[in-house]
Amino acid sequence: MDSRTGAGDPKITLNELARAPAAVRRIVAHPYLAVRGIARGNLPSPWDIVAFALLFGTLVLISFGTSQFGAPLSALEKTPIDLNPWALPYYALRTTLRMGAAMVLSLIFSIGYAALAAKSKRAERVLIPTLDILQSVPILGFLTFTYTFFLGLFPGRVFGAELASVFVIFTSQAWNMTFSVYQSLRTLPPDLSEACTSLRFSPLQRFRRLELPFAMPGLIWNMMMSMSGGWFFVVASEAITVGDQTITLPGVGSYVATAIAEENLGAIGWAILAMLIVILLYDQLLFRPLIAWGEKFRADNEPGQVQPESWVLRMLQRSRFAALLWKPVDTAVNRILRPRRAAAARAESPLQLPSWTPLALDIAWYGVIVLAAAYGAWIAVRYISHAVGFGEVGHVVLLGLATMARVILLVAVASLIWVPIGVAIGLRPRLAAMAQPVAQFLAAFPANLLFPVAVMLIVSFHLNPDIWLSPLMIFGTQWYILFNVVAGASVFPHDLRDAADNLHLRGWLWWKRAMIPGILPYYVTGAMTAAGGCWNASIVSEWVTWGKTHLQAHGLGAYIQQATTDADYPRLVLGVAVMSLFVVSFNRVLWRPLYRSAERLAGVDE
Amino acid sequence: MNDEYKQAAPVAAPGDPALADAVLEVRGVRRAFKRPHGEPLVVLESVNLNLHKGEIIGLLGRSGSGKSTLLRIVAGLIKASDGEVIYRGEPLHGPAEGISMVFQSFALFPWLTVLQNVEAGLEAQGMAPDEIREQALRAIDVIGLDGFANAYPRELSGGMRQRVGFARALVMNPSILLMDEPFSALDVLTAETLRTDFLDLWTENKLPIQSVLLVTHNIEEAVFMCDRILVFSANPGRVVAEIKVPFKHPRNRLDPRFRQLVDDIYSRMTVRHATGKATVLSIGERLPEVSTNLMAGLIETLASETYKGRADMPALAQALALEVDELFPLAESLQMLGYAELESGDVQLTPLGLQFAQADTQVRKIGFAKQMLTRIPLAAHIKSVLDERPGHRAPAVRFLSELEDYLSDSAAEHTLSAVTQWGRYAELFTYDDAAEAFSLDMPEAEAS
Ligand SMILES: Nc1ncnc2c1ncn2[C@@H]1O[C@H](COP(=O)(O)OP(=O)(O)O)[C@@H](O)[C@H]1O
Ligand SMILES: [Mg+2]
Repeated sequence: MDSRTGAGDPKITLNELARAPAAVRRIVAHPYLAVRGIARGNLPSPWDIVAFALLFGTLVLISFGTSQFGAPLSALEKTPIDLNPWALPYYALRTTLRMGAAMVLSLIFSIGYAALAAKSKRAERVLIPTLDILQSVPILGFLTFTYTFFLGLFPGRVFGAELASVFVIFTSQAWNMTFSVYQSLRTLPPDLSEACTSLRFSPLQRFRRLELPFAMPGLIWNMMMSMSGGWFFVVASEAITVGDQTITLPGVGSYVATAIAEENLGAIGWAILAMLIVILLYDQLLFRPLIAWGEKFRADNEPGQVQPESWVLRMLQRSRFAALLWKPVDTAVNRILRPRRAAAARAESPLQLPSWTPLALDIAWYGVIVLAAAYGAWIAVRYISHAVGFGEVGHVVLLGLATMARVILLVAVASLIWVPIGVAIGLRPRLAAMAQPVAQFLAAFPANLLFPVAVMLIVSFHLNPDIWLSPLMIFGTQWYILFNVVAGASVFPHDLRDAADNLHLRGWLWWKRAMIPGILPYYVTGAMTAAGGCWNASIVSEWVTWGKTHLQAHGLGAYIQQATTDADYPRLVLGVAVMSLFVVSFNRVLWRPLYRSAERLAGVDE
Repeated sequence: MNDEYKQAAPVAAPGDPALADAVLEVRGVRRAFKRPHGEPLVVLESVNLNLHKGEIIGLLGRSGSGKSTLLRIVAGLIKASDGEVIYRGEPLHGPAEGISMVFQSFALFPWLTVLQNVEAGLEAQGMAPDEIREQALRAIDVIGLDGFANAYPRELSGGMRQRVGFARALVMNPSILLMDEPFSALDVLTAETLRTDFLDLWTENKLPIQSVLLVTHNIEEAVFMCDRILVFSANPGRVVAEIKVPFKHPRNRLDPRFRQLVDDIYSRMTVRHATGKATVLSIGERLPEVSTNLMAGLIETLASETYKGRADMPALAQALALEVDELFPLAESLQMLGYAELESGDVQLTPLGLQFAQADTQVRKIGFAKQMLTRIPLAAHIKSVLDERPGHRAPAVRFLSELEDYLSDSAAEHTLSAVTQWGRYAELFTYDDAAEAFSLDMPEAEAS
């Protein structure tokens, strides 16, 4: 509180005003946007190139390896999918379990990776740019590699395919959770951190008492976002064709794939209903309680404005039975985590290393990394140039531009539609309370379930697929724009609204001076999520089938899908790499700068 | 706060000379912070102090003079660059057993209840759960928090939260208690209640503590609580005066001798500023971040009938309900700009200051601009750079990195922010927040 100036300073009241939404914004904002100080500018740093080379070098190595495995794929036993609606509960359960397994993996990964990145400067240098690229790699382009890799590890076993599916879902969930934990660990309140040191906490106790609780609200929110994005991928990853081999894991996704192959529209309707119920149950039984529970970890000591409610949590907290179950768990955890003896007073570096050691370690560590990256770049370039030649690169970039044009246009159109609606809803608290879960639900709903309907429409009206397949790309992700804008408008300070009214701000001026600056940070998060989803979805929506009917638009998504179907690994690697580049550049050139200036406009530039 | 809370405090081993009197010794401590470029920033320079048994020592000084840094060194949170801290006869490495800290911001874990917060420190000691519970409850009782054990910090008032902070520190059974402005985040009445409650426990010997090190920027608080006051000067921080407070507890703030001592300390703290008049400021001079509104307000107040151009700082602070930490920078900025002079605890308007008080807004601005250009080298520097540049624009980082050669990062930012505010008021230059650049073009009568 040293920095506070005189009591009559008008700055303080403004800060006061900005504080309530800031707490919400911190949690709701896409953690990638909110992370500060990783890359000060938005220009690529050498570490980006290193990360890129490492990742794609690895990818090439894997694809080398998997093309050697080749044969054992066909040995996989086939489980036929039953289109009877009564089989659906079982399939839904399998899908849900896959989702849960991936979530557990993501949790472990995100905490481990983020802790490593936050605690070691050396690791951070490499891990964070890598994460940045990882989150922009189109997951669906990965599908083939993933399956061949895991089936290669467990030849002829369904377990391999299950693992592959879980891994795909994991890759759709883990990155933003990791960013969120990393962001939290980087912004631990310094006074609490000092209190831990002063009370001589052990690292484990510090993690349990400070780091994990502080990261919790952001983590829970991002788990929810991940889960919501994940349904799309679970559906897309259960049924996959690699070369001549089609794998179907029992689940809602395979059910739909089979229904598409057999042109059974009724079955698709049942699948949609099943998915609706599953998402609702997940929301009510898992996420509402989690969010309401996570409220207690909010670091700001101000009482929350709107306390999230959950009937399940209330029931659990009141029920004797639940308490009876919870008690032993709690004591067990306490017993395990309780320090047995006082942690040794942590003198800073008690063991005296010779002064050259850090430098030598630096040289060794970064040397190995750079060499590995150089090797990765070399094999990737050689792989592509041998197999497809560099003429192909230009072609792929052109296709990328076509897809990019679609993404930009779609995000723009969706924004024009949903921003005014979102603001209108957000400013009416009752309506917002009702609309918010609906929008979240729509965002979670796997839009690929609806693709067959679109195909039928396009075919029967003889529409141009280059144009009319495009809306499918944003169909599932446009809701992110809606609910982020609703969130932003609903925490828009009342005083500012009154002030705007008082100044007779109307029409465009009202938007320009009051509303847009207020909701911009939220909008950017929504739009970035929507755009990222668009790129991913282009792989399944520029190339759709219904029975024997096949529709295709020109674009990078279709290119990747084609390469998948042909099991043409070099083209696949090329397509995936180019798409990642497009997404990374988008994030750097558009979303991050936009978010920074949005924050500055909202007056939270601490 | 009633119950006896005195545990078997660690007693000095007989014949141990280090513990015979001084509980803790700070010897020649220096601390510098690395900077990305330029020389390291020296925050503390050759600081010596002894903590004796039964003593409350106050570290008094302006904000930025390194008090908290010294406290953190004693707490083992950061290392001294030079010199050492001797505790129980040995040099201190890291947080030591028997030294506890109370934080200005309370630093409570919001997700833990009062009881859990108090227990957290004992947990780290690996104590048995029953014993932890027992001691925590006792501390909570002593500190007057009974009934709140299961509340979360956010349910408590500021005063209650700081009581938890005290309970958490005391339950560790410390022999030294460190406090970093523990009352400054509280309102006046609550702060006073907490101070007297603490002093009651202390004087009645109900605490395990042997001595207290209290950081404060509040002169009255220091005289009210401490037995010895060390006055810090800034840049780099060093002890410039040591003042014994001869009064017995409980002290009466209205006692003339009490007032006299407060006045004395005020004058000692303004001594430096009286000589500051003659010295020419450099570009890297730290500027206090005070708003031009406040400056104008103070000038008007001083020019009013009540003060007739001259005021006693303690009295003025009280009349304006300002903390020293708020009044000093304000008065100092007036002095820098030539509107006032500070000497022996008084602030006196210059003729320029009197003119300013009479003038209307436009004239004030013109005068202010002139003062800035002649007396604040940084302002003159920015202006001349902008004048020379073809586009009359320059990025803020340029000046920031220049400042960082002289000041710490945060001080550089505050200084640049201050000069920006003043320059905007004086219409010397404008600042574009989005582009983070200074420029000369004033907004035209915009057609929107
Ligand atoms: N970790 C740090 N890095 C760089 N400078 C610091 C750091 N901590 C404190 N300083 C600087 O040291 C000076 C003294 O700070 P501090 O000890 O907090 O003063 P006080 O408590 O007297 O207000 C300030 O100029 C501050 O900017
Ligand atoms: Mg301080």
